[in-house]
Amino acid sequence: MDQSHIRNFSIIAHIDHGKSTLADRILQLTDTVSAREMRDQMLDSMELERERGITIKAQAVRVHWKGHELNLIDTPGHVDFTYEVSRSLQACEGALLVVDAAQGIEAQTLANAYLAIENNLEIVPVVNKIDLPQADPDGAAAEVADLIGDDAANVLRISAKTGQGVDAVLDAIVERIPAPAGEFDAPPRALIFDSSYDQYRGVVAFVRVVDGVFRPREHLRAMALGTRFEAQEIGYMSPAMRPVQELQAGEVGYVITGLKDVSELRVGDTLTAEKRAAAAPLPGYKDVKPMVFAGLFPTESDDYPELRDALEKLKLNDAALFYEPETSQALGFGFRCGFLGLLHMEIVRERLEREFDLDLIVTAPNVAYRVKPLNEEWVEVHTPADLPDSFDEVEEPYIKASIIVPKEFVGQVMELCNDRRGSFDHLEYLSEQRVHLTYELPLAEIVLDYYDQLKSRTRGYASFDYDLAGFRPGNLARVDILVGGEPVDALSLILHRDFAYERGKALVEKLRQEIPRQMFDVAIQAAVGARIIARETVKARRKDVLAKCYGGDITRKRKLLEKQKAGKKRMKQVGGVEVPQEAFLAVLNLNDVAKR
Amino acid sequence: MPDGARHLYVHLPFCASRCGYCDFVTVVGHADRHGAYVDALLGELELERHLLAPELESVYLGGGTPTLTAADQLERLLAALPPAREVTVEANPETVTPSLAALLSRNGVDRVSIGAQTFNTALLAVLDRRARPDDVRHAVHRLADAGIDNRSLDLIYGIPGQTPADLVRDLDEAVALEPEHISAYELEAKPGTRFTHAHGAELLRQADRLESYIEQVVERLTAAGYRWYETANFCRLPDRAGGRDLRARHNLGYWLGHDYLGLGVGAVSTIENRRWRNAPSLHRYLAAHAGGRRPERELELLSTGERATERVMLGLRLDEPLALAGLGDVVDSEALDRLAAGGLAVHRAGAVTLTPRGRLLGGGVTARLLA
Repeated sequence: MDQSHIRNFSIIAHIDHGKSTLADRILQLTDTVSAREMRDQMLDSMELERERGITIKAQAVRVHWKGHELNLIDTPGHVDFTYEVSRSLQACEGALLVVDAAQGIEAQTLANAYLAIENNLEIVPVVNKIDLPQADPDGAAAEVADLIGDDAANVLRISAKTGQGVDAVLDAIVERIPAPAGEFDAPPRALIFDSSYDQYRGVVAFVRVVDGVFRPREHLRAMALGTRFEAQEIGYMSPAMRPVQELQAGEVGYVITGLKDVSELRVGDTLTAEKRAAAAPLPGYKDVKPMVFAGLFPTESDDYPELRDALEKLKLNDAALFYEPETSQALGFGFRCGFLGLLHMEIVRERLEREFDLDLIVTAPNVAYRVKPLNEEWVEVHTPADLPDSFDEVEEPYIKASIIVPKEFVGQVMELCNDRRGSFDHLEYLSEQRVHLTYELPLAEIVLDYYDQLKSRTRGYASFDYDLAGFRPGNLARVDILVGGEPVDALSLILHRDFAYERGKALVEKLRQEIPRQMFDVAIQAAVGARIIARETVKARRKDVLAKCYGGDITRKRKLLEKQKAGKKRMKQVGGVEVPQEAFLAVLNLNDVAKR
Repeated sequence: MPDGARHLYVHLPFCASRCGYCDFVTVVGHADRHGAYVDALLGELELERHLLAPELESVYLGGGTPTLTAADQLERLLAALPPAREVTVEANPETVTPSLAALLSRNGVDRVSIGAQTFNTALLAVLDRRARPDDVRHAVHRLADAGIDNRSLDLIYGIPGQTPADLVRDLDEAVALEPEHISAYELEAKPGTRFTHAHGAELLRQADRLESYIEQVVERLTAAGYRWYETANFCRLPDRAGGRDLRARHNLGYWLGHDYLGLGVGAVSTIENRRWRNAPSLHRYLAAHAGGRRPERELELLSTGERATERVMLGLRLDEPLALAGLGDVVDSEALDRLAAGGLAVHRAGAVTLTPRGRLLGGGVTARLLA
C-alpha cells in the first residue's frame, strides 16, 4: 500500500468516555471482525483490564476503509501511563480525541490532548454517547473545540454504542489525518513503540515503519542497543497476527525477533536492516523514572524465590516496572519496587497476587527523594531508612495537579490541597458549572490516599491528573521508630517536620497495641535524629506460669511448649524484643486497606 | 529407673456430680460398678506389678472423688495396694466423715488432699462444689483426730466473681486451719465448655487479675511460714512440722522425672522411654478386665531429647537447682546467660535455679531456655 493511502491514528480519551467501544465499532464497521467474533472491548487482552475497564498494553490493529489502510493504535487511558500513551502517539500522525457528551472534558482529556499536541498530531475531535438522555453534545463540542482551538462545527458527534456517526469518523480519519511521509526508497528504519514477550516466540516488537521496507528472514539491528537478530516473522494485527512478506514505510505491524531476553530490545529504539543500515536512528523516548516506591515482601519468607521470578516475568511485559532487592529486619528479604504511579503499583500487586498466586506484604508507598549529604554529591534515596541523619539539603518531588470539579466542591478541594502542603496555581471555568483547578503539591502527599479523599469529598465528581514538576527543597526529616532501643528500618518515614510529631505519636501508639507483653518493659519510641519525639511503653508481664502439671499432663504441656517454641521462631527479634509479624503488618501493610 | 518404678497412681473416677470446670476423667453415678472397677484395678496391678520397685516411695489415689467409692471397696483396694513411704488419697470435704477418716487411717493412708477450692459460699456455687466451708474445717479436724497428720488443701483462684479481697480471705482461712500442705491453682476453663460459655466475660476479667493473684498467694503463704517449693504447691517448713519434709513425694516424683505406674481409666504411666495412657472409657476398662486383656492404651515413645525437655520443663517448677549435666543440648546456654543477666535465673555450679520473679514468669523462661 503506498503511503498516501495509509493513516496511522490513536484514540485518546478520559477513562470510560468510550474509547474502547469506539475501537470495537471501528473493527466491526470495517469488517475486520465479524459481529459473531466480536467480544466487547476486544482489544483488551487481559482479564484484569476487562475488570477495571482500562487498557494496559498498547496494541495496534490494521483496518481497511474505502481503499485506505488505517492503523489504529490503542492507548492506555490513565494518568500513570502517560509514558505508554506517549509511545503510541509517536507512531501516529493523528488522534481521535473522544469526549463523553454527558461528562464533558475531564482531567485526562486535557492531559492527553496536550500530549497529542506536543507530538504534532492532527486532532479529530469526537463527542461520544450522544444517545444518553443526559448528553449535552453542543456543550461538550464547545468545550472540546475551545480546548484544541477548532470550530465546534468540526466536532463529530457519535454514539459508539449504537454505531451512529462512526462511519463519519472513519471518513474524517481519511480526510483530515495526514498520510505518513517517510521515504520508501531510503534504508529501512522502524520505531519500536512497544514490545511484549511470548514464551514460545520470544520478544515481539511492535513497530512503525518510517522509511524503507522490512522483510522476514532479514538480519536486523537495533541501532541504540546494537542487538542483532533475524526477523523470524513480520506482519500486522487485525487483531490476530497476520504474517506478511513486507512491511513498508508508513505501515504499523510486528516483528517476531526470536530474542529470549527482553532487555535486548528497548522500546524507543530504531530497527534497521544490516544489509542496508540507516545512517541515523529515529528520535526515541526518554527513559521513564519511577516516582512511587513500595516494599514488596512475601508473607512466607520461603516464597522469596517465587516473588523474584514473578517480578522478572512481569518486567518482561512492563518495562516501566523497576525493582531492586531489599532486606528489612522486620520483614526479611524482599524487593523495593518503583512504579510510575499508584495505579501502576496497584496493577502490579494484583498481577503478582493473581497470576503468580503470591501472598504479599506491601509497605506504605514512598517517593524518591534527592539529598545532598554533608560535603558530598546529590544522591537519590528510595527508602526512608536511607536518608542520612544530617545533610546539607533535601528535595522532594512535586507535581502539578489538574483537577476538574463541579463548582460547588471547589472549597473542599482547595481545603484538601492546602492540608497536603499544596500551593494554589490556577482556576478557570470550563463551563458555567465546571471548574478546572491546578495546584502544586508534593508527590509524597498524594501517594497514600489523596485520590480517595478527593473522590469522597466531591462525591465522586472530581477528576484528577498530574504531571511531575521536578524536585523542590522541603523541610523534611526522617522519623525512626525504635523498639527496645533499636530502630526498625521498615518503619522509618520521611515527613515534613510539621507533621513529624503527630505521625510519630500515632505510629508509636499503634505499635504499642500490637506488641505483646514481654518479660520486661518494652520502650517504643519515635525519633528524629537523636531526639525522641514520642514514647510508649509495653509493660512487662509479671506472670506467665505453666499451669498445674502432674503425670497425665506432661506430654500435653511438652507439646504446647514445643509449639510455642516453633511460634517464637516466626517472631522477629528487635532489640531483644519478640515482635510478631502481625505487629509490623498492622502498621505497614496496605494489602488489607487496598482490598477494602 | 532400671530398678522399677517407685511411684504408683490409682484412678477412681466416681463422682456425685460434675463440677463445671473439671477436665479430669470422671463418671457420675455407676454406684453398682465400684466393685467391678476395683476388681479391674487389682487385675491391672497384677499384670504390671513387675514394673514396680520392691519398695515404693508413693502411692496416690486420685479421681474423680476417690472417697466417694463404696467404703468396703475402698478398703479392699487400699489393703491390696503395696505399701509406700507416702500414701495419699484425694477427698472431697463433704465425704470426710469420722468413719471414713478412720478407714483411711487403718489402711495405711498417711496423707489426704482435700478439695477445698474456696471458703466463699457464693464462689463454691459458681464452681458447682457440693461442700460448704464448714465441711472443709470438719474434714481437716476429723483427719487429725484419726491420726492423719499430713493434710493438704486445694485452693482455686480466678473464679468468676472473685475479688482480690476474696482471695485474701481464702488464704487466711486456709492458713488458719494449719494444713501441712497447700496447693493453689489458677482456674483453667477450657474454651468451648459449658462453664466458659456461662462465665465468658467474667473469666476474661479474672484473667487480668491473675497476675496479682499469684503474687498475693506466694506472698501471703510464704509470710505464713510455708515453703513455695513448686509453682503451685506450698508446704510447712520443717521447723513448724516437727522436722518433716512435707513436700508431696508423689508429685515430686513427676517433677523430678521419676518413673511412675498408673492404674485405672485414663491413667498415665511413664517407665523409662515409654509413656502410655489408659483409655478413658469405664465401660471398655471393665470389659478388658472381664475378657482377661490388658486395658486399651495409647503408647508414646519418648526420645532422649523429649525426656530431657521434660526434665527442664518440670524441674524449673521447683525451688531447687536443676542440674544441667546429662541434659544434652536442649538448653540454650546463651538464653541462660541472658536470663541470668535479667535477674530471672541463677546459674551456678552447673545448675540453674529460677529467681522468684523468674518462677512467676516460668512459662516464658522455660520456653526461652529450651533450645
